Amino acid sequence: MKNKQIGNTARVILFFTGLLLIAVLFVPIWRIELNAPQYPEGLSMSIYANRIGGNVDIINGLNHYIGMRTIHDKDFPEFVIIPYIIYFFSFLFVLTAVVANKKLLYGLFILFVSFGIIAMADFWKWEYQYGHDLNPDAAIKVPGMSYQPPLIGYKQLLNFGAYSIPDIGGWIFIFVGIVLLVILFSQSRSNK
Amino acid sequence: MKIHNINKHLLVAFTLFATFTSCKPKNSSDTISSDAASKVYVAPGHYDEFYNFVSGGFSGQLSTYGLPSGRLLKVIPVFSVDPEKGYGYSEETKPMLNTSHGFIPWDDLHHVQLSKTNGDYDGKWVFGNANNTPRVARIDLKTFRTAEIIELPNSAGNHSSPFITENTEYVVAGTRFSVPPDNTIGDIPINTYKKNFKGTLSFISVKKDDGDMKIAFQIQCPGFNFDLSRAGKGVSHGWFFFSCYNTEQANTLLEVNASQKDKDFILAVNWKKAEEYLKAGKGKKQSVRYAHNKYSEKTHTATSEMMNEVIVLDSKELKDLCYFIPCPKSPHGCDVSPTGEYIVGSGKLAAVIPVFGYEKMLKAIQAKDYIGEFEGIPVLKYESVLYGEVKKPGLGPLHTEFDNKGNAYTSFFVSSEVVKWNIKDLKVLDRAPTYYSVGHLCVAGGDSKNPNGKYLVAYNKITKDRYLPTGPELSQSAQLYDISGDKMKLILDFPTIGEPHYAQIAPADLIKNNSTKFFKIDENTNKYVSKGESNTKVVRNGKEVHVYMTAIRSHFSPDNIEGIKMGDDVYFHVTNLEQDWDVPHGFGIKGAANAELLIMPGETQTLKWTPDRVGIVPIYCTDFCSALHQEMQGYVRVSPAGSNVPLTFSLGTNIPKPDAEK
Repeated sequence: MKNKQIGNTARVILFFTGLLLIAVLFVPIWRIELNAPQYPEGLSMSIYANRIGGNVDIINGLNHYIGMRTIHDKDFPEFVIIPYIIYFFSFLFVLTAVVANKKLLYGLFILFVSFGIIAMADFWKWEYQYGHDLNPDAAIKVPGMSYQPPLIGYKQLLNFGAYSIPDIGGWIFIFVGIVLLVILFSQSRSNK
Repeated sequence: MKIHNINKHLLVAFTLFATFTSCKPKNSSDTISSDAASKVYVAPGHYDEFYNFVSGGFSGQLSTYGLPSGRLLKVIPVFSVDPEKGYGYSEETKPMLNTSHGFIPWDDLHHVQLSKTNGDYDGKWVFGNANNTPRVARIDLKTFRTAEIIELPNSAGNHSSPFITENTEYVVAGTRFSVPPDNTIGDIPINTYKKNFKGTLSFISVKKDDGDMKIAFQIQCPGFNFDLSRAGKGVSHGWFFFSCYNTEQANTLLEVNASQKDKDFILAVNWKKAEEYLKAGKGKKQSVRYAHNKYSEKTHTATSEMMNEVIVLDSKELKDLCYFIPCPKSPHGCDVSPTGEYIVGSGKLAAVIPVFGYEKMLKAIQAKDYIGEFEGIPVLKYESVLYGEVKKPGLGPLHTEFDNKGNAYTSFFVSSEVVKWNIKDLKVLDRAPTYYSVGHLCVAGGDSKNPNGKYLVAYNKITKDRYLPTGPELSQSAQLYDISGDKMKLILDFPTIGEPHYAQIAPADLIKNNSTKFFKIDENTNKYVSKGESNTKVVRNGKEVHVYMTAIRSHFSPDNIEGIKMGDDVYFHVTNLEQDWDVPHGFGIKGAANAELLIMPGETQTLKWTPDRVGIVPIYCTDFCSALHQEMQGYVRVSPAGSNVPLTFSLGTNIPKPDAEK
């Protein structure tokens, strides 16, 4: 007979990963680190669910040489929406654990992965925009040069080395995604 | 045979010659050990292990070196103006140098003391004395800037200062010149010295949290020259010791007339007793005038307040407050051992170093073991207070500091050497020559309860052939010795600014992590701050024009100003909007009879400028701030007095009209 219910162990795990997602609201999700000869201590920009942290003022000050727009929290509607999305997923994880319905589990997985893909695409879009939409009156103009930071990994931008990596919140997301995947596999196998 | 004899004589002559040349003192290069270079080498990109705060003497400033490298880190302006930093030139800093005599642009900073907690350096502040117009300054070690200066009434030549008690309860200031008290008529014959001149000791209390200084009380003493002092510590906490010379009370040709007596005095002051007298209302209020200047890191402005009263305790009337300890021949240093048990007197002209015992002093006081009185102050018996004498130490002992192994190090000016001796058995252990004529010396933590004992620096008065010649005036010099072993080893010479007197050496870890990186612009409450370019403006108020200006890489806002007229006084209030470490901006204006401004991030500083001619006057950033630093400039247009050019200011918008270009 086909088992439509999720196993108890998996339910407990789902419940706690749901709660774990709440933590993402309080820690940085992504980090862009910048290194230059004049900044031996390094500069970094942290992206939270609802704001930008780190040395953003200093980075804005430096970016005016190349004519990059200054970065401000209020320019990103995402900062209003993302906290709700996190609450929503947290709720959905807990709900899935309580209801224990496998269809719900599949739905949750699809939604969660989609969110991850859309979020990264959105992040890339912003990076592209800031990196290419440069003030034509900028003091430093290098023909053909754009200043788009890497989506993930390392890239040299003039005297700055930019390193883009997940921060604590990002790692939690990845961890939760992997957990979800493992549960999905184990539960679909128990169907047979 | 004759020839044989001649050969014999030649042989004798050669032998004698050889003996004489080997007797000739070795030259200094022989005293440098082969590993000296590695001991002082601090590789590029690495920090020194210690901060060395060195008095600038007649430069009036305080210099900061790193040890063991001897690298100059910063010159902190204290009592003298510093056009490089705008200190004493900007409107904000001018009040720091205000005194009861008005604005004074120079002084002579002799001695340096780090604040202490439980007898050890706490890394909060460093104090310095003004030897000419008597003052004490407090320098904040978060910003390495002068935070407070207090003037001392009833004083002249603040020399035995700014020595400190073990919890920074008090910083003292003993007058070098005795003078008629400020509330008496000073217009009297100089040769009435004995009758009318008094020596005043000031006790300045220091607030624990913010360091705020206040003259808690003064003690009026006989008219001597008060030279140096040290606070008791550990067992002798509660006492202060001052060396006095000219107990002959001469008022002319002191060189001879103040060197007559066999013994002068060390004055022991029971300051706990003074506090009791003060509480009991035994102090007399005296009407005086002195300035108290403070610099705020919030308003970025100094204020100068004129004070008009001190409380004076009379050493003649108040018993058990002061005692004289006879000390051979014009004592200079009077230094207290780390445990506080021993007081070392250094008679400049004495053949021995007397070491006094604190417990012996107490016993002598209890037994009333006096040999007499001087102006109401009991004079204790030398032998009763003496712990022992260091025999044949050298010539011209001046100052003593201590290590962590029970040894003392005394500088000898005349014999130009540092002598190491043991505090307990008073035996001389080692001698090291200095090049030349050492004055002060300083051991890392050498005046604290727990000396570090790794390095000693000798501060020399004469350098002669030590550095490349630079005309008649030569650099003064510091010499670093490694004292970690049994023998002192000279490992480095480095030149100093002005003339170094006292210095202090503190571990870098105590200070370096508290260093301010920039001032938060949100907390800037300067009256003329512009928090952002949108707030910049130019305001005329009669003949006064106030320019509210900002500086950020790489422009001033505004950078075009028109409508300034001859006869105006223009105040440039420049706010540095940067919020990052190591991004100061400078501000210079052509023809200004003033200095530059050097404005730290988040700070506002003001330069006053009175135009002297009609025309276009450039302004520019003087501190290389960015790749576009040379673009950081602007223009001010000065028109004749009656001109109707309107007052305008702008950034980036004052461009030629299109039709004007045709």
